[in-house]
Amino acid sequence: MKQGRYTVEENRPLTADVWEMRLSGDTGSITRPGQFINIALEGLFLRRPISVSDWDGETATIVYKIVGKGTAAMAGFRPGKRLDVLCGLGNGFEVAKCAERTLVIGGGAGVPPMYGLAKALLAAGKTPLAILGFNRREEIFYEEKFRALGVETAVTTVDGSCGIRGFVTDALPERYGYFCACGPLPMLKAVCRACPTSGQLSLEERMGCGFGACMGCSCETKYGSKRVCKDGPVLEKEEILW
Amino acid sequence: MVDLHVTLSGVRLDNPIIPASGTFGYGYEFAELYDINCLGTFSFKGTTRAPRFGNPTPRIAEAPSGLLNAVGLQNPGVDKVIAQELPKLKEVFHKPVMANVSGFSVEDYAYTCALLDKEEQVGWLEVNISCPNVHSGGMSFGTSPQAAAEVTRAVKAVTKKPVYMKLSPNVTDIAAIARACEDAGADGISLINTLLGMRLDLRSRRPLLANTTGGLSGPAVFPVAVRMVYQVYEAVDIPVIGMGGVSTAEDVLELMLAGATAVEVGAANLVNPFACRDILAALPEAMEKYGINSLSEIIGGAHHG
Repeated sequence: MKQGRYTVEENRPLTADVWEMRLSGDTGSITRPGQFINIALEGLFLRRPISVSDWDGETATIVYKIVGKGTAAMAGFRPGKRLDVLCGLGNGFEVAKCAERTLVIGGGAGVPPMYGLAKALLAAGKTPLAILGFNRREEIFYEEKFRALGVETAVTTVDGSCGIRGFVTDALPERYGYFCACGPLPMLKAVCRACPTSGQLSLEERMGCGFGACMGCSCETKYGSKRVCKDGPVLEKEEILW
Repeated sequence: MVDLHVTLSGVRLDNPIIPASGTFGYGYEFAELYDINCLGTFSFKGTTRAPRFGNPTPRIAEAPSGLLNAVGLQNPGVDKVIAQELPKLKEVFHKPVMANVSGFSVEDYAYTCALLDKEEQVGWLEVNISCPNVHSGGMSFGTSPQAAAEVTRAVKAVTKKPVYMKLSPNVTDIAAIARACEDAGADGISLINTLLGMRLDLRSRRPLLANTTGGLSGPAVFPVAVRMVYQVYEAVDIPVIGMGGVSTAEDVLELMLAGATAVEVGAANLVNPFACRDILAALPEAMEKYGINSLSEIIGGAHHG
């Protein structure tokens, strides 16, 4: 983890309430896809934790959904704005554990970290198979970005307005050896039930500090309680107690 | 050169800055970020007789100038703390540490305190009779002078190290409770714990916290802390550790003037992991600005003249 000043390079809407922000600064502390950053916002006490969707040596890209005051304020940030950020938080996806053919499943606001994971899997010579789930056509984002990587990508919508009608579990391919998923809890549960292979899941929880100090975001696992912010957000399917 | 040292029940602290229990874990997350030996000491995560997962999540909610928490005393239990956490802590922190203890019965408190009292690393016991987030014990001991005195007596009977009773602000007469602890043998008082609060989610129309209520901390509670430290300083002759929303060096000076011998920093650590180090670094300049040569000399300064 590193604390630093980051500069907004770009901030744009992807859908009606999902935005993408690119920040420049020291990204050296980001080591794995699925990690997050924690942003201090003026007038709000707690930082806002947002997962990293992509990063390189100088920039990190985050995607956030406007759900409250904090994220609404973020949507108003213009390029050049300086932010106080804790960078490189959490335990991300472990690519080494992924099989040659690994499902990369994202639901709604859970899609962004899966983009970084898909890139990391490709860099490791593996084959990610993406399934992106949304409620309806208007909410879809990042589909083209996955396809542009050359990743086989299925899109599902609950109302059937685009892609396969139904949930991500309605789009599972026949042949894969592992899965990674990020999305709402009911989706994660359904994926664990539907996928017989091992896998890794990124959990979401209300956080206090984001770096393991306050015990605000604990969850019970087979191996005792874990902090979603520090031991997670990515945990293994086998250890999660639903 | 200004003098930052204070003395807490006969033990010299290099400075009065103490990360508050529950915001600093057992120290090592922060030891990865900076050398925590710069601190006066720190109060480790509230420890109970048995391991506890704590309350269901969500346990955290935003508040104006602060946060609500309802963690509910998550900790690995005193046996694991002694066997695993203290040895790990020893590698990164070389000063006496403050052992924060919670319980659900008078016997619990005495049992856990007796075990931690024997640990060489422990310099003081801070007995939390003020946790608002557990449904039995906790705060109920800190809201009546009789119950507070009973816990104090039981802990003092089985320990040798200085015992600080950590009090709740959720009372009408803090002075009476502090006096009851002093009369029962407490070596000091530490306050304030969090203020009982609650937030609702307008969409779901339900409480934001799974526990319904939680403890409010952060700058929002600082004036309450100043008032209560001031009142307790007047009521007792034992030292007071002040805390509640401290986030700057000026806040430290203010609480010391109100009567605090040392100052704990809590919520600030959660939004700025370097908060204690930064406050400490800013202290000498703030002291010079207000003409303070020695911190020890200003303790309770607001009460004189």
